[in-house]
This record gives sequence, C-alpha cells and structure tokens, in this order.
Amino acid sequence: MRKTKWYILIICLIATVGMLAACGNSKDSGASEKNNGGGSDSKEETKGESKSLAISGSSAMQPLVAAAAEEFKAKNPDADIQVNAGGSGTGLSEVSEGTVAIGNSDVFAEEKEGIPADELKDHKVAVVGMAPVVHPEAGLDNISKEDLKKVFTGKIKNWKELGGKDQKIVLVNRPDSSGTRATFVKYGLDGETPAEGVTEDSSNTVKKIISETDGAIGYLAFSYLTDDTVKALSVDDVEPKDENVQNGKFPIWAYQHSYTKGEPEGLAKEFLDFMMSDEIQSGLMKEQGYIPANKMEVERDAEGKQTEIKK
Amino acid sequence: MEAAQSTAKTRLLKKQRRLGSEFRGRLLVMTAAIIIIISTLSITAFLTAKGIQTFINGDVGLSEFLTSSQWNPTAENPQYGALPFIVGSLSVTLLSALIAGPLGIAGAIFMIEIAPSWGRKVLQPVIELLVGIPSVVYGFIALTVVVPFIRNTVGGTGYSMLAGVIVLSVMILPTITSIATDAIKSQPDELRDGAYALGATRWQMIRKVVVPAAKPALFTAIILGMARAFGEALAVQMVIGNVRDMPGGVLDPSATLTSIITLNMGHTTYGSVENNTLWSMGLVLLAISFLFILIIRYLSARRNA
Repeated sequence: MRKTKWYILIICLIATVGMLAACGNSKDSGASEKNNGGGSDSKEETKGESKSLAISGSSAMQPLVAAAAEEFKAKNPDADIQVNAGGSGTGLSEVSEGTVAIGNSDVFAEEKEGIPADELKDHKVAVVGMAPVVHPEAGLDNISKEDLKKVFTGKIKNWKELGGKDQKIVLVNRPDSSGTRATFVKYGLDGETPAEGVTEDSSNTVKKIISETDGAIGYLAFSYLTDDTVKALSVDDVEPKDENVQNGKFPIWAYQHSYTKGEPEGLAKEFLDFMMSDEIQSGLMKEQGYIPANKMEVERDAEGKQTEIKK
Repeated sequence: MEAAQSTAKTRLLKKQRRLGSEFRGRLLVMTAAIIIIISTLSITAFLTAKGIQTFINGDVGLSEFLTSSQWNPTAENPQYGALPFIVGSLSVTLLSALIAGPLGIAGAIFMIEIAPSWGRKVLQPVIELLVGIPSVVYGFIALTVVVPFIRNTVGGTGYSMLAGVIVLSVMILPTITSIATDAIKSQPDELRDGAYALGATRWQMIRKVVVPAAKPALFTAIILGMARAFGEALAVQMVIGNVRDMPGGVLDPSATLTSIITLNMGHTTYGSVENNTLWSMGLVLLAISFLFILIIRYLSARRNA
C-alpha cells in the first residue's frame, strides 16, 4: 500500500513538471510567432462548440462584464464564462493571440502598438464618461478646457488663480498607458502631456487620494462618482452627465470595446448579443454607471473624429 | 499505525525494505531538488530572453535605458530612460535598511542577551506576526496613516520616498530580526563566559565580543532584508507617488522599478516596446538581486573561514 502511494506521488510530481514545461512551450511559441510578425493561423479552437467562454481585459469593464455574465449564466445554466481583469493591453494581446474569445479594451485596438487591429472585430458595448474631479473644498464647480489644460500641464499652480481657494494644486494621474488617462489626455487636454504628479493605477485609490488631499485634481469615470467625497467639475459649463455625453456636448468619454478575433461564433456571439440587448443596455449598464452604447447620438472613430448618428 | 508502533530500531532493521526506502527517499529528494533548480534556471532564462528583447530589437539603447532620466513611453517621440526608477529602488532599499537594520539587530540583542525569557515570549510572536500581514494591507495602512501624517507634519502631499521607506522598514524588520536572532544565539557561550571572566560588563560583552563575532551573519540579515525591500511592489506603489522625475530628496515623490512594472504591465500589449522595457526593468531587478546574493555568499564564506 505504502509503496503505491509513493509511486503515485512521484508520478504526480513528474506530471506537474511536464505540464509546466508544456505550458512554457506553448507560451513561448505564441510569443515568437508574434515577434515574427505572423501568427495569422494561430490555433482557432472550436470555442463555439464547447459551452465555455474566456474573457479578459480592461479592469474598468470587468465589473460590468462579470455582472452581465452572471445574468447570462442564470439563463443558460450550462454556459461557463470566465471574466478576468488584467488591463486593456492584456485583453487585446490575448484576443489577438487566440488565448481568449473576447478581449475587452477601453481604447481602440488601432491605438495600441503591436496589435493586428484589422484582424479584430470591434463591438462597442458601452460608453463611459470621464470627468475632472477635485477635492470638494477646492471651491470650484466649472473649469474651461483652456484652464484644465493649464492646470494639468502645470502652468496654473494654485486654485485661487481660477477663483477657488488658496490651495496648491496637486495632480493625480493614472499610469502612462492606462486607457482612462489616454482618453482624458486626448479629449480633455487635446493631447497635451500632463505634468508629473502622484500616479496610481486603481481608480478607487485615485478617488481616495483626491478626497483626502487638499487641492487635489484627477480624473475618474462617471461610475466612480457615486458620493460627494470628491467633486466632479463641469467642463466649459457642460455638466458631466450621461445625457451630455449622449448628445455629444461633454467631450471626455470613451467606448468600452469588446474585441473578437474575426466574427464572433457560438457562445461568444450569444454573449455579445446579450450584452447589446435592451435588458443589459438599459438595465445593468445604468445601474453600474455606464452609458448604453445604443443610446448614443454621436459616434467616434479611432482617430477621435466625432460625427452625429443619423436616425 | 504499524509504523507508529514500531520503534526506530526495528524500522532500521527491516532489511528487505531498507534498500527500497533508501532509493525512494533519494528519488523524492532528488526530484524536489531538480524541480527547484529547473524552475530557477528557467525563470532566469525566460526573464533574460524577454528583458534583452528591447536592446536586440534596437528600440532602445542599453546606455539610454540605464542612464537617461527621461521616461515618456506614450509621447510622440517615446523616451525610455529607467534611471529615475533604478535610483528610486536603490534609495528606498538602502534607506529602509538603515532604519530597519539597527532596529532589528537591537531587537535580536534584547531577545537573546538582555531579556531572554520574557523578551522572546513577547517580541518574537509580535515580529512573526508582521510577516503574516499581506503587503496590500501595509500599503493601505500607510496610505491612511503615514501619508497624512507626513503631509501634516512636514508638508507636501505626503506621497513621498519617505512614506515608502517607512512602510518598507516595517516590512523587512521581521526578516532582519529573525536572522539576527539566530546569528547571535549561535555564538558559543564560551565567548560570553570568557568575556565575563575578564571582568567585562554585560554591555561590554555584547558590544566587544558577541556582536563583532556575529558581524558577518548580521550583515547577511540586513542584505536579505534589503533583497526583500528591493522586490516589494504593492505597498510601495500605493504611497510613493510614482512620478517619473528623478527624486531630489526623501520628501519628493518618486518611483521604483517594481511600482512602474506593476502600474503599466496590464495596460501595455505583448511585444510592444513599452512592454519590452518593462521586462528589461524586471531583468535589472533580477541582476541587482543576484548582486545581493553574491554579497551574502561572500559574507558567509568569510564567516566560515
């Protein structure tokens, strides 16, 4: 009896090593394929047949997609959907390598270096607005875009220059490659590079820092503006509200993209259709602070050109 | 059951099974050792392969990467200078070792030489408890306590190298203390008796005999603590500010290699230049960790001589 136990243990150990090695190999081959610039014929698995679906990407979208997946599973009990956060870059990389069926991103795939955007199909599932956010005691409700740029590039250093309190301005940024930062810089600052400031990855931490630091300013998605610990500013007298994003008056917003490699099939298609259904678009999205994609009156392309949708 | 009942003698005398168990034990230990060696080697090889990609592709020159202080990966003309982060990492590590080193060694001396009975009973569990706290909790405590404290007492925003150093000092204290405790405990009693016999006071005995004798091991303790501080990312990231500028002093916000890696890794795409430079930063971390290990080896070789 004892003998067999030992053998089983050793066999398990060897199997583990083998598996680790295999994993390493497959990853490596994926990476090298990518580096060669090829990789068009990467293993297209029959994800449609099996009832499991892997989704990864943008951490900003994770709560929404995970909640939608829960509702989807309630209706389709045999579907197995895994939603991982990890960042837009990870989502785009993994979907173009075929590791996951759906890759979520809060920027256009065209905007990310090294992603074969033409192989990916874009599904704009939601829209999220972002507002400049200050400490509640800054004494400001509205900021013009020109002033916003001056504040973030460090030309204005004290709130009293804008009619607020005599407080030194403290910038709170997101990391260089973050999607929220990219959106804010592009549409809020017209592409001007923000000056150095405290940098945090998580929007929750950003919110905490702004609420506790006198004179702080940062930017947050509308979904984080749930209480009055921080104050969202109007830009050029336009309030940061869902309606103003929908009709194109408030400039700082981004799509939440779900990318698939080629046309979606099977469960991936079912799930994306479910995301676009009225039930999710006007139910869950609103609850979570997102703006339904099908309610937009304007649209934008990857270059940032905004046009009105003709109805 | 039967194994528990049989005495050691009968177990050793079971001749038929003896050879087999010898072999199985060997196999088990060998397998475990080989797994460790293979995984260490493959991690090193993988990280090296990924880390030198930046320089092989010619996107960034090695000298620019190591000596330029301009980090603007998303600008029109991207710049990839990691020097501010290397400086940031090294300075928080050294400063936290400066704080935690003396504290840890003093704690160890207290436990072994001054109040062995109740000192160990109280201090040891307290210090061991510090190990079990996850680093995100340290980060959060620092964010809510240390940062406002610095802001209110010395000014600025509070997000600073100093905040990072304070968190790290607490985090590496257990490592330093426990190794220092072992080092001092392992000094033979003859040393102490000899010192007392020559008329030394307890303080003289500690200062002139025990501590010098344990010196190489005490340095090892500090360097192991530094290695831990060097690799810590999460807690530091939350309080250090993560700015790209070269830090001018301990009250300036700063960034470390680890905090920049964790901040940006998820947002970049595999194979892009920025992603590759993050791997290169990982490689720098590994290289410096190897340096720490070499120093430890050197010190322990001296101790054995």
